[in-house]
Amino acid sequence: MKETDLHFFIDSTVNYFEEVTNEKAATGIPYIKDESPVVLEYTGIIGISGKRKGSVYITATQAMLHEIAHIILGIEEVGRDDIKDLVGEIANTISGNVRQAYGSDFMISVPVVVEGKAKDIKLPENIQSFVIPLTWREHKSFLVVCLE
Amino acid sequence: MGKKVRLMIVDDSVIIRQAIHKYLKDFNIEVVGTAEDGKAAIEVFKEMKPEIVTLDITMPEIDGLTVLEEMLKIDKSVKVMVVTALSDKATGLKAIKLGAKSFLPKPFTPEKLKESFERIIRQE
Repeated sequence: MKETDLHFFIDSTVNYFEEVTNEKAATGIPYIKDESPVVLEYTGIIGISGKRKGSVYITATQAMLHEIAHIILGIEEVGRDDIKDLVGEIANTISGNVRQAYGSDFMISVPVVVEGKAKDIKLPENIQSFVIPLTWREHKSFLVVCLE
Repeated sequence: MGKKVRLMIVDDSVIIRQAIHKYLKDFNIEVVGTAEDGKAAIEVFKEMKPEIVTLDITMPEIDGLTVLEEMLKIDKSVKVMVVTALSDKATGLKAIKLGAKSFLPKPFTPEKLKESFERIIRQE
C-alpha cells in the first residue's frame, strides 16, 4: 500500500463527515497496525475484492454514532439497531467513495457490523494494515485500511 | 394539492431509508414501499407499483443495478434514482445507460437529495 492509498481514504472520510454533519473530522497521523487491538464499541467492516484485495473498517463509540444519527434523523430516540446500521453505512460510504480513485474494479462487500469491544478485528495476516486516527467533535474513532 | 407521487425507497441501511423519507417529506409523496435487499425490492415493486424509486446498489441478495433492469422490464415508465456510495463515473454512467433517470452519490445532504428528486419529478 502506498501513501496515496491512505490519502484516498482520508479524503473520503473527511468528505463523509463534512457532508453529513457539516463539521470537519480531523485526521491524525496514520500508523502501521501492530498486534494491539483497535476496536471501540461499534465497528463496520467492508471486504474489498477485485483490483485490490483486503478489508477496511471504521470503529467508533456509541456516543459519536448517536450524535451523527441525531444529525441525520433529527430525533433523540436513536436505537441500538440504528447505531449498528449507521456504522455499517459509514464504512460502506467511505469505501464506496474511493472508487473515484480506484475505478469500478474496486469491489466492496455489504457491511458486517461488530457490536461491543471484540478482542480485535480479524484482518488478512499477510497484508500490512494502517490505522488512521479520527476526531470528530470530541469523539475519537479509527479507520483501519488493509489493502494488498 | 394534486395526486401524491408514489415513492418506493430501497436501501439496506435503515438510517438511509429514514433519512430519504424525512428529507422528501415536503414533496407531495406517499411512500408505498421500502426494501432492504434486492430480492425484496423486486417483490415490493411488483406489488406496490411505485412511480419513483430511490435505489441503492450495494445490497444483499441482488445488487441494485440488476434490480434496476428488472424493474424496467416490469414497468418501463418507472423513474429510478440511483443513490449509492459507489460514486465513480463509470458506475454513474452504467446506471444511466441501464435506464436510471438520476444518479446521486452518497453521502448526500438534504438539499442535494431534494434537488435530484425535483429534477426527476419534472422529467417526462
